[in-house]
This record gives sequence, structure tokens and C-alpha cells, in this order.
Amino acid sequence: MHIMEGYLPAKHCLAWYSVSAPFFAGGVWRIRKILAERPQARMNLAAAGAFAFVLSALKMPSVTGSCSHPTGTGFGAVVFGPAVMAVLGAMVLLFQALLLAHGGLTTLGANLFSMAIVGPWVSYGLWKLGQRLGLSVAVSMFLAAALGDLATYITTSIQLALAYPDPVGGFMTAAIKFGGIFALTQVPLAIAEGMLTVVVMDALAGKVADIRKVSILAGETR
Amino acid sequence: MAKSSRSKWLLLGTVALVVLPLLLVEGKFAGSDDQATAAITHAKPGYQPWFSPIWEPPSGEVESLLFALQAAIGAGVIGYVIGKRQGLAARDDAEH
Repeated sequence: MHIMEGYLPAKHCLAWYSVSAPFFAGGVWRIRKILAERPQARMNLAAAGAFAFVLSALKMPSVTGSCSHPTGTGFGAVVFGPAVMAVLGAMVLLFQALLLAHGGLTTLGANLFSMAIVGPWVSYGLWKLGQRLGLSVAVSMFLAAALGDLATYITTSIQLALAYPDPVGGFMTAAIKFGGIFALTQVPLAIAEGMLTVVVMDALAGKVADIRKVSILAGETR
Repeated sequence: MAKSSRSKWLLLGTVALVVLPLLLVEGKFAGSDDQATAAITHAKPGYQPWFSPIWEPPSGEVESLLFALQAAIGAGVIGYVIGKRQGLAARDDAEH
């Protein structure tokens, strides 16, 4: 889940905003470039944003006996590059902060960093690694989406531990404590997200060989 | 493996991942953010958030309405894109 409104000290809010801002600007630039160079990709770009929209609305029960939701940012990161997700993720986070009191405006910079920057870059890196290691497209996509999702919640745990170090054990103890709440809960959800991401890739790309799917979805080939 | 059967198994797996915790784990299934809030209050007793949401859904019903709306918008867009692609593919097939 996202860090709640008012739960990060003002200094931290400002810091995370300033870390996230350049990524957001880069994402805007990248989206304009994609739309200018391959306008046929705009439908799939919308679908990538929509996927994040759906998945972050689905609060699922987990093995820890609590609920959390996936992020849906790995798919767009693999297909269009991680930069675009900073913008698409911001739309999701704004919707939830303004209409659902979920996350917040003061914590938007921090939540953007975990969900729309760290998660997508981890996904993208793992996708590239998977392809280089010769893993199949489906397995690479699964790992990218699942571990990107998990990376988002590990980041959230670290952000909270930085703001609220344990009075005795300091940062590490707090990181493990918040990790137990967020990251552990997230494990089955991350697996679910990985599987759903492969389903959505198959559905959107249609009946073509796996190896061509990502470039077709990106509008690079037909 | 045919693509449609792959999707079928993956969707079944997802359903199992959601259902099994409900059956096997005893818990209240509250949001993990509520637990984090409790952990913060535990680390810093008496902590008051310094900023409150500008607007909050007036009830659980309205909140679930808005969550459902969010999912519906997203699923609608994805469904539209899939349908559009299939329509275009069918047209291409007809032309060739």
C-alpha cells in the first residue's frame, strides 16, 4: 500500500518529491517521443496505464492475514521502457490520493518513487537480464513484473524506516519491521501480478510468436 | 503450449493465490497500511499526521464504489484495446 497522507515528515516529503521530479519530467519527454515516432503505439500505451489502474484497485488477501494490492507497473516498463511509468503511475496515485484518501498529496513524491520509478526500473532491468540469459519471453515477463512489484514494497518499507527508525535497533530493525508488514504480504500478490502480466501480454499481442510480442506491443514492428 | 491454455492456467493460479489465504490463514485481512500506521504509532507514541486527506469517501460503501470505478475504467480500456486489435486483425485477414 502507499504511504498514508501526513505520515512522512515534511523534509522527507520534499526530498522524495525532488528525487522523483526529474524521472517524471523524463517520462513526459519519453511519452511525447513515443507518440510522435510511433503513433500506432498509443492504444497499447493507454492499455499499459489502464493495467496499472486496474491492478492497484484490487486489494487482495495475503498469507500474512492482511490485504494489499499489486501495482501493475512492470508491463508498461518492459514494453515502453521504465521512464513512461513515472507519468502513468502518477495518474494512478493522484486518482487514489484525491478520490480514495489512499496514499496522499504530501507523500506523492515518495509513493511515486517506490511505485512508478523503482518498481518499473527493476522490472525493466530484470527483463533485459532475462533476455540476455536466454530465458523465455513469458518467464522473463513474469519475473520482471513480480519482482518489480516486490521492489516497490521493499522501497516503501525503506522509506518508512528512514522516517521512523526503531528507538532501539535503528534503521535496520525498522526496515525489517516494515518489510514484514509490506514486503511479506506482497509476495503472493507479486506472483499473481507476474502471472496476470503474462496473460495481458498474450491478450494484447494476439496470435504471434512470443519472441515478437514485446516489439509489436511497443509499436516497433507489425 | 497453446497460448489460450497458458492464460487459462495462469488465471487459475491467480485465483488460487487469492482464495487460499482466505481459506488457510486466520486473520482480519485488514489493509497493510493500517498495520504500518500502527507500527508508526508504536515507534512514536502519540504521533499525529501533519496533513489530512483533502477529501475522504464518506463511507465504506462510497469507497468501494470508487475502487470498483477505478478497476472498471482500467478493465474497460484494456478490453477496448484488445477488441480493437482483433477487429483490425480480422480486417487485414479479409483484405489478403
